[in-house]
Amino acid sequence: MINKVVANAQEAIQGIEDNMTLMLGGFGLCGIPENCISALVEANITGLTCISNNAGVDDFGLGLLLRKKQIKKMISSYVGENAEFEHQMLSGDLEVDLIPQGSLAERCRAGGAGIPAFFTPAGYGTEIAEGKEVRVFNGKPHILESALTANYAIVKAWKGDRAGNLIYKGTAMNFNPPMAMAGKITIAEVEELVEPGALDPNFIHTPGIFVQRIFRGEIFEKRIEQRTITK
Amino acid sequence: MLDKDGIAKRIAQELQDGWYVNLGIGIPTLVANYIPKGISVEFQSENGLLGMGPFPTEEEVDADLINAGKQTVTTLPGASIFDSSTSFAMIRGQHVQLTVLGAMEVADDGDIANWKIPGKMVKGMGGAMDLVASAENIIVAMMHTNRAGKSKLLRECTLPITGIKCVKKVVTNLAVLDITPEGFRLVERAPSISVEDIKNATEGRLVVEGDIPEMKI
Repeated sequence: MINKVVANAQEAIQGIEDNMTLMLGGFGLCGIPENCISALVEANITGLTCISNNAGVDDFGLGLLLRKKQIKKMISSYVGENAEFEHQMLSGDLEVDLIPQGSLAERCRAGGAGIPAFFTPAGYGTEIAEGKEVRVFNGKPHILESALTANYAIVKAWKGDRAGNLIYKGTAMNFNPPMAMAGKITIAEVEELVEPGALDPNFIHTPGIFVQRIFRGEIFEKRIEQRTITK
Repeated sequence: MLDKDGIAKRIAQELQDGWYVNLGIGIPTLVANYIPKGISVEFQSENGLLGMGPFPTEEEVDADLINAGKQTVTTLPGASIFDSSTSFAMIRGQHVQLTVLGAMEVADDGDIANWKIPGKMVKGMGGAMDLVASAENIIVAMMHTNRAGKSKLLRECTLPITGIKCVKKVVTNLAVLDITPEGFRLVERAPSISVEDIKNATEGRLVVEGDIPEMKI
């Protein structure tokens, strides 16, 4: 068994430098790697390109990195909950590449799976298709989308073992599995770190081969964006 | 004239037993409250959940269980959870039978615009472009006119489009309309709304044939 455990978030982000490309799992604030984001804020690493479905909110998630102007470019599908983001984008301080959510997920998966590009119908005929190759399959036009990879992918899981095997919980899974595959180095922060053998191999979501570093996160605030209740 | 719940109730009449359904944010979400008796459908939330249940009680709230609108939800018996690429495999692979979503504009050839207002709103398309490009059955739920009173049913979209020639049906506060090669075909009127009212509120080509029945809500 290869031991991938590091002590904490600070140690996990060793090697992340200015101007690198990162993937960060999560949908809204659900399933985001909170501990590594805090460590990146402290470490003051700048010029980052962040691939993440969303950009957090003003005072949580990737919003914390945006507030300190550590992000140069965001690659996302939806960024609607962040006023600071909108301000930096409209003022030209932040480059933004908005791509359809399914294409974003598949581009990450493809990057991890060794598929350099694929055709999808999503976005055909819209401005996001501009400059992209179009081909017709089964009578329907598709556009060519390229794979995404990152220097580091940072994911959050519920349980993990020292070999890097991961299990997610609920919809906190979201982008974490495809991104875990697509990092040259993948860092996993988990709520429970267990010994190999404690997790049933039949129920592993992300096999340990995709994960290079793993640690138990110190704090998981798990902030809720829209607390909707049945009375 | 219908309110938002009325639009959702009318769309719920389109549901068929055994369908998997993706509901967008806003009016479409309300459709889940009006599933006709005797029909079983499963709701797909594109952040990775099939078999989505109602909002939780205070005790049930789980930060790790949300819908695509980032609202806390529950799972029903038989639910399943999966990653984002699998979720869009369901959508792109046409395993979802019905998509209901909101729109800023719909053109009479089925083009839809709902993701961007240049210079004003830059939130992004989320999953909308994947949904409209792949779904076989797309119903738009929206108000017939915008806040300024201008028609949202147009000859051509003026805003950046989300997908081309994809919408099959539009349900508004005034009418049910099918998209046909000739334009919007008026199917039903909302209660107390006349054909003339609908004509006045529709900028795109409108086909009116014979007597147009009132909706049964």
